Formats: sequence, structure tokens, C-alpha cells
Amino acid sequence: MKTKKIALYGLLTAVALLLSYLEAQLPAFVAIPGIKLGLTNLVVLVALYRMGSGAALGINAVRILLAALLFGSGASLAFSAAGGILSTLVMIGLKKTGRFRVIPVSIAGGVAHNVGQILAAMVLLGNEKLAWTLAVLWFSGMIAGAVIGLLGGLLCRRLQAIADRGGPGA
Amino acid sequence: MRKNKSVKADLLLVAVLILVGIAIGGALLLTRHTGVVVTVSVDGRVVERFPLTENRRYEITGAEGGYNRLVIEDGQAWIQEADCPDALCVHMGKIRYAGQSVVCLPHRVVVRIEDSPDGMPDGVDAVTG
Repeated sequence: MKTKKIALYGLLTAVALLLSYLEAQLPAFVAIPGIKLGLTNLVVLVALYRMGSGAALGINAVRILLAALLFGSGASLAFSAAGGILSTLVMIGLKKTGRFRVIPVSIAGGVAHNVGQILAAMVLLGNEKLAWTLAVLWFSGMIAGAVIGLLGGLLCRRLQAIADRGGPGA
Repeated sequence: MRKNKSVKADLLLVAVLILVGIAIGGALLLTRHTGVVVTVSVDGRVVERFPLTENRRYEITGAEGGYNRLVIEDGQAWIQEADCPDALCVHMGKIRYAGQSVVCLPHRVVVRIEDSPDGMPDGVDAVTG
């Protein structure tokens, strides 16, 4: 059981890393830095709902570190760490209340991610007035979070169905 | 995922998020006004200030080399050309309202529109009563 768990953590981290890389290769489809889908969050969301808070936080933290080491810089580490960790913490908190479904939790996570990045930008760039960017990223985070939440919810149900049949679900 | 969660809580959370977003956007739209000065910061330090009213071309040197060509024309500022990998700054378009900025993360360059040289609000805002 322990071996299976280690393998699963590794596998999910690898998938998250791959999605990070993939997303970094896509040309930005809107001309404002920070607007993106956040495909990686799909893995974090599934880890959160299938395996718990620790798994979600751990996988995301390792993913952020590895992504920065492999294809990022110091600045990109700070940005994705601020966004990723804040978003994961918000989702963990909301899920723990037990009041919300996956999609709203993911939407709040998307917003938190962008707010975290703006905060990092304020500190790193010494630019305290990023209000315009915040207004735009607030909504882009909501939309991205909704899409990821929808996909994540579907994925969780499918994985549950596989696990129920005794398959290799998490 | 048990089904004993109320839709109400979900809708409330999303509604609150939308309202806060609208509040942020609305506050910005209501308080927006054309800026006076264009400031150029590299790595968090302001290196240049130009009046928004004077047409100008200026080559900004990034924190670790590279350039962003700033153009100020007809009361608007934008980055016309840059050698950063993503060139997002070029696509960010023209800015004119106080508080708006164009950011080039790879070069750690921020071009920002500000109210007035001494940082005080200009005109209407300063008058109370």
C-alpha cells in the first residue's frame, strides 16, 4: 500500500510538471501576463479530492520547485510559489468547511492563484499599484477555475467509478 | 462527494467572488483619469520620468540587458518593440490612465502612468468640499 502511494504521488507530480511545461509552451492567448488556464491545477484539485490536503500541497510544492529548476528562473519560482501555494491553501480551507462543491472551490482557487501572483509582483517589481491587472486577473482566475473545476469534478467521478470497480484508482 | 451540500452555499461563494471582482473593476473605472507622467522602472527602481504630453521614443535597458522600446505619442504610452522572449509587453497595448502599467517580467521593466510629478493627485481629486 505504501509503495502504491509513493508511486501515485510521483506519478501525479510528473503529470503536474508535464502540464506546467505544456502550458508554458503555449503562446499567451491574451496580452496580459497571468491570464492562463492553469492546467496544473487539475492535478492539484484531483489530489485534493482523492488523496487529501497534504497530498495536494505536497505535490504542488514539489511541482513548483521542479518547474522552476527545470525551465524557470528565480522570479518565476516566486510567482508560481505565491500563486500556487495561496490557491492550494484556499482550496484546502474551503473544502474543509464541507459546504462547497468542486467547481466553486476551484473558482476560488483560481482567484487566489492570481491574487497571490499579483502580491508577488508587487513585492518583486516594487510596483504597488497593480490594481488594473488585479481587476482583469480576478475574472480570468474565476473563468479558469470554473473550467478546471468542471474537468476536475468529472475526473474525480470517473476515478471513483474505477476505484469502486476495484481498479487502479487513487 | 456526497450530495448533501446546498447549492445555496456554492452560489453564494461564486456571487461574492463576482461582486468583489465587479467592485474592484467598478472602483477603477469610476476613479480613472488620464495620467500626467510616464515612469520607467527597472528592477523596482524608477530610472526615468517623462511627461505623457510630449512625444518621445526611448530605449529601456532591462535589468540583465536587452531592450524595450518605449513610445509616447498623442498622450498614450506603449512598448513598440522588445527583445524579451515573450514580447508580452508589446502586446499589452497603449496606456493613458493613471495607475495603468505595462510590465516586462523578463527584463524586470515596469512602465507606468502616474498622476503628477510629485505623486499628488492632479486637479479635481485635490479639491475637497
